[in-house]
This record gives sequence, C-alpha cells and structure tokens, in this order.
Amino acid sequence: MIVAQQKPLEEIRRLIAPYEKILILGCGTCVTVCGAGGEREVSFLHGALRVAQVKGGDGVHAFLEYTVKRQCDREFLDPLGDRVSEVDAILSLGCGVGVQVVAERFPDVPALPGVNTSFMGATEQGGVWDERCAACGDCRLAETAGICPITRCTKGILNGPCAGTKNGKCEANKDIDCAWVLIYKRLESLGQLDKIRRYYPPRNFRTIPRPRRLAGITSIDLGGSNG
Amino acid sequence: MANSLFEEKLYSDKFLVTSEVGPPKGMDVADMVHHIDLLKDKVDAINITDHQSSVMRFPSLGGCLLVKERGGEPIFQVTCRDRNRLAIQADLLLACSRGIQNVLCLTGDSIDVGDHKEAKPVFDLDSVQLLRTIKTMESGKDLGGSDFKGSPKFCVGASVHPEADFIEPQLIKFEKKVAAGAQFFQTQGIFGLESLRRFMQYASQFEVKILAGIIVLSSARMAQYMNDNVPGIIVPQPIIDELSSAGKGKGLQKGMEIAARLVRTIKEENLCHGVHIMAVGNEGIVPDILEMAQIVGAAP
Repeated sequence: MIVAQQKPLEEIRRLIAPYEKILILGCGTCVTVCGAGGEREVSFLHGALRVAQVKGGDGVHAFLEYTVKRQCDREFLDPLGDRVSEVDAILSLGCGVGVQVVAERFPDVPALPGVNTSFMGATEQGGVWDERCAACGDCRLAETAGICPITRCTKGILNGPCAGTKNGKCEANKDIDCAWVLIYKRLESLGQLDKIRRYYPPRNFRTIPRPRRLAGITSIDLGGSNG
Repeated sequence: MANSLFEEKLYSDKFLVTSEVGPPKGMDVADMVHHIDLLKDKVDAINITDHQSSVMRFPSLGGCLLVKERGGEPIFQVTCRDRNRLAIQADLLLACSRGIQNVLCLTGDSIDVGDHKEAKPVFDLDSVQLLRTIKTMESGKDLGGSDFKGSPKFCVGASVHPEADFIEPQLIKFEKKVAAGAQFFQTQGIFGLESLRRFMQYASQFEVKILAGIIVLSSARMAQYMNDNVPGIIVPQPIIDELSSAGKGKGLQKGMEIAARLVRTIKEENLCHGVHIMAVGNEGIVPDILEMAQIVGAAP
C-alpha cells in the first residue's frame, strides 16, 4: 500500500493561512491503513487546528470534514460537489495521487496536501511500515530471491553488495539490513546462488518515463495463441 | 603495446606501489601539487580520489590532469554516485584524450556519509557495469550503441574487500569484476596478513594483479572513528591497542610503523603484486613509510 505521513501542524497552518473555509478531506484506503489520512486522522487534525487557532489568537478558519472511500477515483469524489462549493480550499489527507485527482475534479478550488506521501510499503509491526517497492516498471524479484535491491539497497545496485556493508547492515544506516546480504542468504538457502553470479546490465530507465500511463489492461495476457 | 606506463609495469614482475592524493575543498591546489611532487617519483601511480566519503571536492579528473602536468602517472578514480552514464562516458573520453588512461572503477560511498546529504544519489551504473562500459567504449561504441569517431583505450582496475565480515557475496562480485575486464585490484584497507593470505590463495586463480590497500592510521581515536563511520573499514583491536600504546603525539609515528611493517612483510613474503598506500590527509609521509619498508623508488 501507499504509506504517507501527516505534515507537521505548523506547515499545515501555513498552507491554509490564506483561506477561510476549509474542507479537510480524508481518504478511506491506503492512508487510512497507515494512520495518516483516514476518517480518524481527519477528525484529530480538525481538532488540532481548532485548538491551535484558539491558542494563536487568529481564529479565522472554519472547517468542514469528510472522508471519501478513495480520492484517486473521480467517481468517489462526486458526492463532494455541494460541500466543495461552500469552501475556499480543500486540505486533502490523501496521497499525492489523491490530491491531484481532487485538484482535477474541482479545478476552481485550491487543493492542498496535508500529508507527505512516503513510499509503497508493508506493515512491519504496529505503527511501523517499511518501503518495499520503487515502482521501477521492470520487476526483477525472481532473480533476487523476492528481495528488491532497487528499493532496499541505498544505491539500488544490481550486481551484488558494495564494500560498505558491515555486520550485515547498510553503510548509509546502521539500523537497516544490507539488501544484498539478505539476497545472498536467501538465494543460498533456495539453492539459487547462480542468480547472483549472473551479470545484470544497466537498468532501463525508459520503463519509468515520467509521467507513466498504463492503458488497455483489460484481461490477463496468457501468452501464445491461447491468450 | 601497453595503454599506460602503469599498465606496462603491471605486467612486469615489479612489486607495485601506488598511493593516493585527495583533492582539496576549493581552488587552492598548492598542497595537492606538493603531495604529487613528493610522490610522483616514489610510486608507480597516484590515485586521485573522487569526492571520497561523498565529501564534495575539486574533481578527480582535475587532480589527474595536475599529476600529468607534474610528470606523474595518475589513476583516475571514477565512482557511479554523482554522474549518469552519459556524464561518465564523457569524462572518460576527456581523460583518455589527455593521456589519463588508468581508471579505478568504484560504486562510490553512499551520499548519506558525506557533506551533501540532500543530494540526489545517481548510481545509474554500478562498478561492474562501469567496467563493462569501459570495455564497450574501447570496442568503439558508446552505451547507446553508436559508433565513436576515435575510441579510447584504458587500463582498468577495481576494488575488492578481503576483510569484509561477510566475504562470500564480495567474492562473487570480485569474480564479476574480473569477468568484466578488471586488470588490477586495489583492495580496501587491510590490517591482518592472514586475511590477505587467505584472499590471495583464492584470487591467484585469476589473471589479475592485486595491490593490498594499506591505510596509515594516525591514532587509536582515528581507528575507532573509522570503525564507526567509514564504510566497510574494520580495524582489529590489537592494532588499536598498539596505537594506544604509543606515547602522546606519537600516534602517527606508530601508525607509520604499522603500515611499513605490513608493506615490508607483503613484499618480502611476496603475498601479492603490490601495495596501495592510503595516508588519508597525511600524504606527505608516504615516502617515509616506503623508506621504513625498504622500498626503492619507482623506476621508470
């Protein structure tokens, strides 16, 4: 899922400063799971902003709150129509995709980001998420024992570890496992060390020409004439 | 015919000695030139580091040009951290056009250990891919497949870490570098001769020259700092204890003795093909270490 983190309250206050009526808009999907922008966080942020403006003595904002099922699908934004016409800005707690779809759907109202979209990751334990996928468009997990070197090696290199690894940890951060040590050990236990011995040529960055579009995916390609 | 003076020596029986000079932060190259002058007739080649430890400095290629101007033999250190494949190929063409043909191919330290922590890490290539890039360029083509008008020739080296605490994947990478055309290896700093002996038992099956990396430590504190902060470096406790035993202000002298002892033993026991001395900020003392190790200056 997409993992995000709410922006610091002071930054959010600066973003909303020019506007009077603000819709705080949550998203019911990824950011709900990672506790950054679901219905609960919308309510907490609403409370925090009210307290802050009372304390700060600049009580000029009025807030509405609402959470849609998904901000990244236009149809889920349709029920918002009337509410948006009442406000001066939308503070979206959706990921960067959500903020942009909101901006496209409501072109006359500024859409402001309330979270920093961090990465695509998995839950490690309660309240901890780890990045797992860089959306490189050229998945090579079959060759690396299901451990992504592009995401989990700080250098994203393809032909084995650099010489900076110590105690199985990364030179950039002693709390992070060296991806290549993990890959080696798992390939070894799978009896697939031939995969790390192969040469991998430079990455093809044309798989990620920005912005990317994925179109015409209507069925699973089964290959051959039976597809 | 050899592509460089260093390559010619690489395939002689000579015990090779290389050292390195780190470019300055800023425009004042006086110290660097001084160190180049001190070293150029005493070693077989001088490495110029490429923003070592990811600290932004005067460029490696600029330092190599200075080595050439002063009549020395440079080894151009190229990391993959700061340039994409276009920029790296362009710099290699410039280097070769100016007679800089020894290249040490490195992945490069992480941006996070340096002084521009907010910079974009490039790593468009890795060290193995860089070695193969050079072979492609030598064949007269660039990585896009276009023909060169005028192809470069190089003598290529790489790095290996015989004292890595998890050696198996490092050795696989070493073999990939050999297959990619590396002719010589300058190892990461080694401190124990046992690990070098073990590594050479394995590495001698390959047709490559190995120069043992010798780091000159200047105090127990520096050794501890390197253990804590420098990627990959592991200074063993007995060496730290030996440095601690030196009196106040005598740490560097002790570090030089340790380095000279390693160099002398490696040469006497013919453990590998040469040494690469890294004096990290104390480049001026390298000639003294060579004298202490009874190494005669590089003969042309």
